[in-house]
Amino acid sequence: MMDSTNTVRPAEGAGSVTDSRGRLGVTMDDTRKARRIDVKAAVEGLNFFYGQNQALKNLSMLIADKQVTALIGPSGCGKSTFLRCFNRMHDLQPDTRYEGSIMLHPENINLIGKHVDPIEVRMRIGMVFQKPNPFPKSVFENVAYGLRLRGVRNRALLAEEVEKALRNAAIWDEVKDRLQDSALALSGGQMQRLCIARALATRPEILLFDEPTSALDPIATARIEELISTLRDQVTVLIVTHNMQQAARVSDYTAFMYLGELIEFDEAAKIFTNPSKKATEDYITGRYG
Amino acid sequence: MNPTVPAPAGFVTQTRYRKVRDRIVEMVLLAAGLVAMLTTLAIVAILLYESSAFFEHVTLREFFTDTLWTPLFADAHYGIMPLVAGTLTTTMVALVVAVPLGTTIAIYLSEFAPNRIRETVKPILELLGAVPTVVYGYFALQFVTPLLQKIIPGLPGFNMLSAGLVIGLMIVPYVSSVSEDAMRAVPRYMREGSFAMGATRLQTALRVVVPGAFSGLAAAFILGISRAVGETMVVAIAAGMQPNLTFDPREPAATITAFIVQVSLGDLPHGSIGYQSIFAAGLVLMTITLIFNVIGFFLTRRFREAY
Repeated sequence: MMDSTNTVRPAEGAGSVTDSRGRLGVTMDDTRKARRIDVKAAVEGLNFFYGQNQALKNLSMLIADKQVTALIGPSGCGKSTFLRCFNRMHDLQPDTRYEGSIMLHPENINLIGKHVDPIEVRMRIGMVFQKPNPFPKSVFENVAYGLRLRGVRNRALLAEEVEKALRNAAIWDEVKDRLQDSALALSGGQMQRLCIARALATRPEILLFDEPTSALDPIATARIEELISTLRDQVTVLIVTHNMQQAARVSDYTAFMYLGELIEFDEAAKIFTNPSKKATEDYITGRYG
Repeated sequence: MNPTVPAPAGFVTQTRYRKVRDRIVEMVLLAAGLVAMLTTLAIVAILLYESSAFFEHVTLREFFTDTLWTPLFADAHYGIMPLVAGTLTTTMVALVVAVPLGTTIAIYLSEFAPNRIRETVKPILELLGAVPTVVYGYFALQFVTPLLQKIIPGLPGFNMLSAGLVIGLMIVPYVSSVSEDAMRAVPRYMREGSFAMGATRLQTALRVVVPGAFSGLAAAFILGISRAVGETMVVAIAAGMQPNLTFDPREPAATITAFIVQVSLGDLPHGSIGYQSIFAAGLVLMTITLIFNVIGFFLTRRFREAY
């Protein structure tokens, strides 16, 4: 393994980003080093509060562009809370507060900035939820939803984009003859892929997955995992999972969180074979959590 | 063979006693349920029985095609259509008020209002439903009609418009309360899905929550229709009591309910045809309500969304 000087650097002009232990992000192996990996988002000093209760403590990490980053950790460690900061879902609840910054590159927009409109943020960052949540509409209208919100009216364009999104989400063949049927008639796995298509249709810059397979059977799960792996070329993926095998299978980078803190963040291969923190090792070997 | 824990004294009788008690409770509950069911059946039976006597004098053809309803006059006509027209017109006017207003209130309460406002507004709204309908009737006659007469010159003192508008206001709480419950039953994760796509609260409410709550909304509208069709005092007081075959809400007219009140208050001899006519009218009223309920049932089933 390389030493910690080979790191994912923040993009030009982003300034240096250090984590709470004063160490830069991630080690890299030689093949990765040959490819330039940009930073899509830089989290720095992120604190999050539900009322008086601090749920996230001084998180700092980099999200690599067009890569899959997984967040793992035991229940209640704050990984979903962290994920939901990226698209400001917490703004929907009263009495929540962010501190620190999540800079979206290359424009350097602070996603959690007070003057940044959460709706603008959600226009650029998509999300797939734990429970498949298609809308009570047709398959077609589900995928067209985001486009319509963005003012697309042209029928031909809508049809084209919907097909593209459904193909990208590997569900086109299964639904192409029932585009006008209710999305709620699909199976759980199909619904989840439809939700992925719905998110992809608006070409998000980052796609957030909040335990996307925890409500699915193993076969549907495998298909979603496969899909996430293929998405890596199009979009930056951030995925929360309680399933360590899943994180190992799909992610390029993995962050281990515990009690609202980021314990370790590194290449997935390193985290799962040779973690540098005892707590990480204990968790991935199943000693707690 | 050897019970390790000896049964306490009286154990067996206790079990038997519990079973008997369970049985008694079950019978009492069943009886309570049957009372409601038997009452309905009895009403239907009486309506059918009394109106069968009526239909011995009046043919169904006359009943449905005659354009006059004058059972109490010397020259008696028995065409139900004027009363049906009155009922449908006041109901339509009421729905034009209650559906948009009730739905808007429900959307506000369910999707926009902070908890404190919702907890204050809901009971106040429901209080509207507790106002005696006779008060609404005089409100229509003494307040709304004069107001309308300023806007529509030549509006008669008795008219269906005023009565319908007030019935509409009266059923707003029913519509909004049931609609709001239906919308609040749409799961949070469905709203989150919409917000995550970049939708505003209004977009989420109109494009996701309302379609998701459709079956409940349909139920709310049907409940509203049933209330409006069956409303008696307001129309009896404010719409005039002359049967009038028209769908123009500016005209005075009698509804089925208003006619029944009129006859019931009079001193018609038991068994006369005038007396029996109110049962025929009641049967028609019940059929109308039943039709709407059946439509509501199928709408609800057709649009039921399984989340």
